[in-house]
Amino acid sequence: MSTATTHEAATENHEVEHHGLSDKQYIVIALILAALTAIEVSTYYVDFGPFFMPTLLILMVIKFVTVVSYFMHLKFDNKIFSYLFYAGLLLAIAVYCGFLATFKFFLKQG
Amino acid sequence: MAESAIAHDHGVSHGAHASSTGLSNNKMGMWMFLGSECLLFGGLISTYMLYRGRVSSGPQPNNIFDIPFTSVSSFILLMSSLTMVLAVSSAQRKDDRNTNLWLTITALLGATFVGGQVYEFTAFYREGLGFTTSLFGSSFYSLTGFHGVHVSVGIIMLMALVGMNRNNRIPGDKAEVVELIGLYWHFVDIIWIIIFTLVYLIPS
Repeated sequence: MSTATTHEAATENHEVEHHGLSDKQYIVIALILAALTAIEVSTYYVDFGPFFMPTLLILMVIKFVTVVSYFMHLKFDNKIFSYLFYAGLLLAIAVYCGFLATFKFFLKQG
Repeated sequence: MAESAIAHDHGVSHGAHASSTGLSNNKMGMWMFLGSECLLFGGLISTYMLYRGRVSSGPQPNNIFDIPFTSVSSFILLMSSLTMVLAVSSAQRKDDRNTNLWLTITALLGATFVGGQVYEFTAFYREGLGFTTSLFGSSFYSLTGFHGVHVSVGIIMLMALVGMNRNNRIPGDKAEVVELIGLYWHFVDIIWIIIFTLVYLIPS
């Protein structure tokens, strides 16, 4: 790719850089995140029985992905950024799940 | 065709140093840094998960955590992500006044969170949980302490950004600089989302 093309791409990208959502939409997302946090905290007061752990883990993942996708704009940005971040995240999950398995962490939980 | 595809990439802005991919080097570097930070916090979180039940002396995790207090702290940090994204949005509209306002509010919310953490650490220490009391204490203070240091560094960056923005000393594309610091700030928020669930809400 020539330098001229790169510059052209950068200039064209400048015109579409205002990606993402409107301020009102960001506020709506923040309210949803606050509601999810309230549900999380409610597990401390209300007995969820066998759904306790899955509920907390699912809510945690939803909140994580929501912040990364919308507040960090990963959903609207170039896919390379997603690959860079999720590669690090998945590597960390794989390495430390292996680490915990070595110490029989998951067996103890069962 | 190729140029059309490149034109739809949203990763670079005017004034930024573009790489051969047409993307901003600064932004790519920040995402790589955040990816590597996942490994740092992954190590601290998994070490805590392994040691949280190892209490030879001192208080147990379930007896010491103040969930209502930590819930408020978590909510404050979560709302600081909203104010940060509003600062980025204002910077993209070239609205310097609101950018500085939202950045300052974000820093204040972050400082409130760190203040809450200092209060929590003090309360835990008074209840007999020191750094070397047990493996639980060591791993807990290491994990939450590292996170607190990250938040504190974020506050320093936010205040420096406000000062530089007021004096028009931000080099290159201002919106991109605000966005990069925003990415770091949101990252400390998502790490806290994990810590709050795995450390505080799930009992050992």
